[in-house]
Amino acid sequence: MNIHQLNARRLLCPMPVIKTQNKIKELHPGDHLEVSATDPGVKQDIPAWCRINGHQVLSIEENNGLILVLIEVGQD
Amino acid sequence: MQRKAIALVSGGLDSMLAVKVIQEQGITVEGVNFYTGFCVEGHTHAIRKKDAAKEKRNNALWVAEELGIKLHIIDISEEYKEIVLNPKHGYGQHLNPCLDCKIFMVSQANLMINRARELADTEGFDFIITGEVIGQRPKSQRRSTMPIICKESGAQDRLLRPLCAKNLPPTLPEIEGWVDREGLYDFGGRSRKPQMALAKKFGLDDYAQPAGGCCFLTDESYSKKLADLWQARNERNYELDDIMLLKVGRHIRPEPHYKLIIGREEGENNFLEGYRHEFHSIRITSHSGPLTLVDGTASDEELAFAARIAARYSQGRSADSVCVDIRKKDGVTIHRELVPLPSQDLNPDWHI
Repeated sequence: MNIHQLNARRLLCPMPVIKTQNKIKELHPGDHLEVSATDPGVKQDIPAWCRINGHQVLSIEENNGLILVLIEVGQD
Repeated sequence: MQRKAIALVSGGLDSMLAVKVIQEQGITVEGVNFYTGFCVEGHTHAIRKKDAAKEKRNNALWVAEELGIKLHIIDISEEYKEIVLNPKHGYGQHLNPCLDCKIFMVSQANLMINRARELADTEGFDFIITGEVIGQRPKSQRRSTMPIICKESGAQDRLLRPLCAKNLPPTLPEIEGWVDREGLYDFGGRSRKPQMALAKKFGLDDYAQPAGGCCFLTDESYSKKLADLWQARNERNYELDDIMLLKVGRHIRPEPHYKLIIGREEGENNFLEGYRHEFHSIRITSHSGPLTLVDGTASDEELAFAARIAARYSQGRSADSVCVDIRKKDGVTIHRELVPLPSQDLNPDWHI
């Protein structure tokens, strides 16, 4: 399992979702991806995108406007 | 074999219904949603503080989840410039190039089609579906535009519009028997009633109904700001940051070569804050007030004048004088004490 980072700060939705989608295409099942973002929309949109596409959100943390979403890449 | 369709999903009701109709016929459907840079979706809500309390949802994602389909979101903002700047079929009421836009989106979906699925593997899709309805939109959804979209997108007879298919010639999926034409619809005209009745039949009740569609280019005041930008720069072009900034703040142009972008509330001020290194900026320090960016080539004197305008939108608007920090693009900050511009000196024509 590898842990990857994605910086989506200052981007507005849906750009952080698109970046997440494109990054996950390069990853393998079981890999972890930590997305850092500032648009609060990601708290709804990334989990929704993950549910649709079979990935799992392990945690969402928010600190001083910085949002960290940890995703485990699913099968397929 | 299991047939697959790729659907243009905007997040609105019509494309949602189109997917549902085709799913009912046992077809596997996946959605594709395009990010043009002008999407109303999310942005302004994300920026404006007063909307922060509202639940923010991306309608295309919500629709996909509701229908149980995969959704591909594609960033076409760069290629889309050509559509906005040079639409072959012209604009609608404002700067909305709806017909060219639809052709472009269908052509992108057409790239996901695999015309030899039966011979090769199961990768790709057999046909495209959209939520188009003849007569629904005055410019892009007319009887005469339907065949133009099929032809110019390259999709030809692999483009099926489930909501109005019965008013159109049979398409390949119907001819091949992948879908039953009898299970398709004959909606037409501007009325929303047939769609609402069908939504009810499917048990869908929480769908999005954006009043002016989901694109800023159909918005009069937004289109004016974009036209103003082109005129001021003497060039029809834009960067993604330009079109984002047109969604935010009050825009005031005292002279052709510079304009002010004044935050209207905290969320917008925070958003503008992110651009302080790319623009001159003005902050009122003696009173609470907005952050103002100055776009263009303003002289020091003009920046001071801009600061007097900005002061009008601060708590110090009726004070004898206010203190301001004028921070230039290069990082140099000038402190000034200025008189807020009297209202009679603010020419209403400067508002874009």
